[in-house]
Amino acid sequence: MSSASSVKVAGAPAVAAAPQPPPAKPTSAPASKARFPRVNAAIDTAIRVLSLIGLGFLKPVVAICRGEDPRAHMRQLWLDLGAPIVSIAAFLLVWSQVSQGIQTSLGTIPGPVAVWEQTKALWADHLAQREKAVEFYERQEKRNAEKLAEDPSADMTVRKYTGKPTYIDQIFTSLKTVFAGFLLATLLAVPIGILCGASKTFNAMFNPLIQLFKPVSPLAWLPIVTMIVSAVYVTADPMFDKSFINSAVTVTLCSLWPTVINTAVGVASIDRDLLNVARVLRLSKTTQLTKLVLPSALPYIFTGMRLSLGVGWMVLIAAEMLAQNPGLGKFVWDEFQNGSSESLSRIMVAVFTIGIIGFLLDRVMLALQSSFTYGPTR
Amino acid sequence: MTHVVLRGLIATVVATLSFAMNATAAGKGPEKEQLKLGFIKLTDMAPLAIAYEKGFFEDEGLYVTLEPQANWKVILDRVITGELDGAHMLAGQPLGAAVGIGTKADVVTGFSMDLNGNAITVSNEVWELMKGSLATNEKGLPKHPISAEALKPALEKFKASGKSFKMAMVFPVSTHNYELRYWLAAAGISPGFYSPSDVTGQTRADILISVTPPPQMPATLEAGTINGYSVGEPWNQQAIFKGVGVPVITDYEIWKNNPEKVFGVTKAFADKNPRTHIALVKALTRAAIWLDDKNGANRKEAAQILSRPEYVGADYRVIANSMTGSFEYGRGDKRALPDFNVFFKYHANYPFYSDAIWYLTQMRRWGQIAETKPDAWYLETAKKVYRPDVFIEAAKELIAEKKANPADFDFASDGFRAPTKEFIDGVEYDGRKPNAYIEKLTLGLKGQQKIEGGNVVGK
Repeated sequence: MSSASSVKVAGAPAVAAAPQPPPAKPTSAPASKARFPRVNAAIDTAIRVLSLIGLGFLKPVVAICRGEDPRAHMRQLWLDLGAPIVSIAAFLLVWSQVSQGIQTSLGTIPGPVAVWEQTKALWADHLAQREKAVEFYERQEKRNAEKLAEDPSADMTVRKYTGKPTYIDQIFTSLKTVFAGFLLATLLAVPIGILCGASKTFNAMFNPLIQLFKPVSPLAWLPIVTMIVSAVYVTADPMFDKSFINSAVTVTLCSLWPTVINTAVGVASIDRDLLNVARVLRLSKTTQLTKLVLPSALPYIFTGMRLSLGVGWMVLIAAEMLAQNPGLGKFVWDEFQNGSSESLSRIMVAVFTIGIIGFLLDRVMLALQSSFTYGPTR
Repeated sequence: MTHVVLRGLIATVVATLSFAMNATAAGKGPEKEQLKLGFIKLTDMAPLAIAYEKGFFEDEGLYVTLEPQANWKVILDRVITGELDGAHMLAGQPLGAAVGIGTKADVVTGFSMDLNGNAITVSNEVWELMKGSLATNEKGLPKHPISAEALKPALEKFKASGKSFKMAMVFPVSTHNYELRYWLAAAGISPGFYSPSDVTGQTRADILISVTPPPQMPATLEAGTINGYSVGEPWNQQAIFKGVGVPVITDYEIWKNNPEKVFGVTKAFADKNPRTHIALVKALTRAAIWLDDKNGANRKEAAQILSRPEYVGADYRVIANSMTGSFEYGRGDKRALPDFNVFFKYHANYPFYSDAIWYLTQMRRWGQIAETKPDAWYLETAKKVYRPDVFIEAAKELIAEKKANPADFDFASDGFRAPTKEFIDGVEYDGRKPNAYIEKLTLGLKGQQKIEGGNVVGK
């Protein structure tokens, strides 16, 4: 809930970029529509985009600015904007009140203020680490220069900064990992789904396996994945860390299933008439696949991918905790281990970060879904 | 034309390559510069943090990243698979790996990280039951060291109410396990035996001992899952701050100046990168010197560094409590214990064979080594793992670079500390005679004894 609000605030500049109606035209809506067809088309697009990226509450604002009857839109504005703000305020209030009453061995549960303090502290820490990195490279340059003076053929590889990853770095590690796992899942799931949807035999073959593996938790996969990866992935100079691969593969295994199932349903539910036409036209199998099956299954595939990414993000945190992949999951784990008086607030920061990013990922997938989908309007 | 250029280029490349190879062979810089080292969030990882923060690693031309690990099993596994180049390890881990307790692997150490630093904490409930039988000093506070005898009323009460008494330590081959067992056995309480069919080590036990990762100890104690634990700092002091338990005895009182953590790398790493290994030990030795320098004047700064979230991360006052020469036994019962953490004094960093052999005797005593072994086997195993040659080489280089004082090192040592009686039960330990030592200890497997079907058989 709170995550939604922050996103809206963060996304606010998008409004400025969207074409605004000319403000100096206080005419009634139909008349303006008639006069500025192109502007209005642009506004309609803008409204669609807004609701897509989670800024749907701006719709009434745009409509009112356009000169439509404000009264009709005020209620919508209340529902879209007023009500969430009230609930978020109530949530913060209850949180700050309740948190003071619960005494843990690490002190009271942190309230909103303590969490905000830690958010700032984490950011300050990020900046401090960056400064340290600059100093590190300066020291290294000096040392390398000395080395070069001593021995002109010395190995002059520039070593990466060795300090700890900051919170911001950890967020990006997590994103990288989840996308790697998700990409792999999609590459596996879509072909399997198409096969299952297109052939009853395949479906009968795969279905038991899908049902068997779908409910397995990442915590169960991880030890197996870890063992297999360390046995199979043996190189002298690995491109990826094993912990990264372990987490990504675990994400793949857990997030595969929604895409498989949705793709299968999408492919299976293609309009029979279309297939009959294809048969009459004697279209080749490939043409059928690319021109008929895939386009009509696309909305289903995207729905599946959207669900998969959501599952993947959720699973990733647990996987990172166990695999010690230096992302948000490891951050939470390390703070839990630290057990300092600030640890709980920091974990709370991570909880909100995870929520916000999860929400954003969902929105991105939704946007992709609607831009690739052949709706009835297109 | 092009041929000439090409030929010239190849010649240059070949020349550079062979020169580079010669440079490495001549042993100038470390073979591997970029390293990742693991640690567990305990104050005795301090040499690693200090070597990093004070730039000692960089002075040796090493670019080291330090990474906290989830537990001791993870640390050992990741060192073995090569994800970590080296790590902060329990002294028993490389030895356990050599013997094949748990994972079998060749891990070696050229650097002992510290002495002492552990304690045993019991829950408030148990402490209430123990308090009554304790002798007190003139201030009305309990006299230390407290014998495990004092646990007996609590044990009886638990037994009468049908509950089992549970304690936790950090790893089956950890110092903490052996110290806890030593303390209990010295009072005639059986901590239980390991056997090939019982890897939990609870056969014939009066107290059930199991594994919990160090940072989770206070929370587990608070939850009531365990009634006490044996762990390194800051997790005993943390129990006082959280008000969940009371530390009853430190390992300094169980065995004065006992060896604790080591810096472990795989044998393969040590063989392939001998220069890097020495460079690492040099940097760590400088950190150890810094930590014990000027009678501990640097300890406050060290505690400050360790309290950062990327290292130990506990609150400064908790870490400072045990690192700055005192130890808090009960809330407000703070006593001077200057040698609770020793990082450099008393030849702390020298990897003594006798230290390794003590661990092996305890593994035999509690059945982790199921069969009897001759004295020669103990020394042979110790020599496989402990590498004083690496430490000596590093120390010599530091002295040549005027970064260390020759008087602080014992170059004449044959790898054995002098026999000592400074144990809580006063039994003398001589690393040259491990089997004779095992005979003298109360409880435990001796001679040809084995565990069969839950009983001690043979003699």
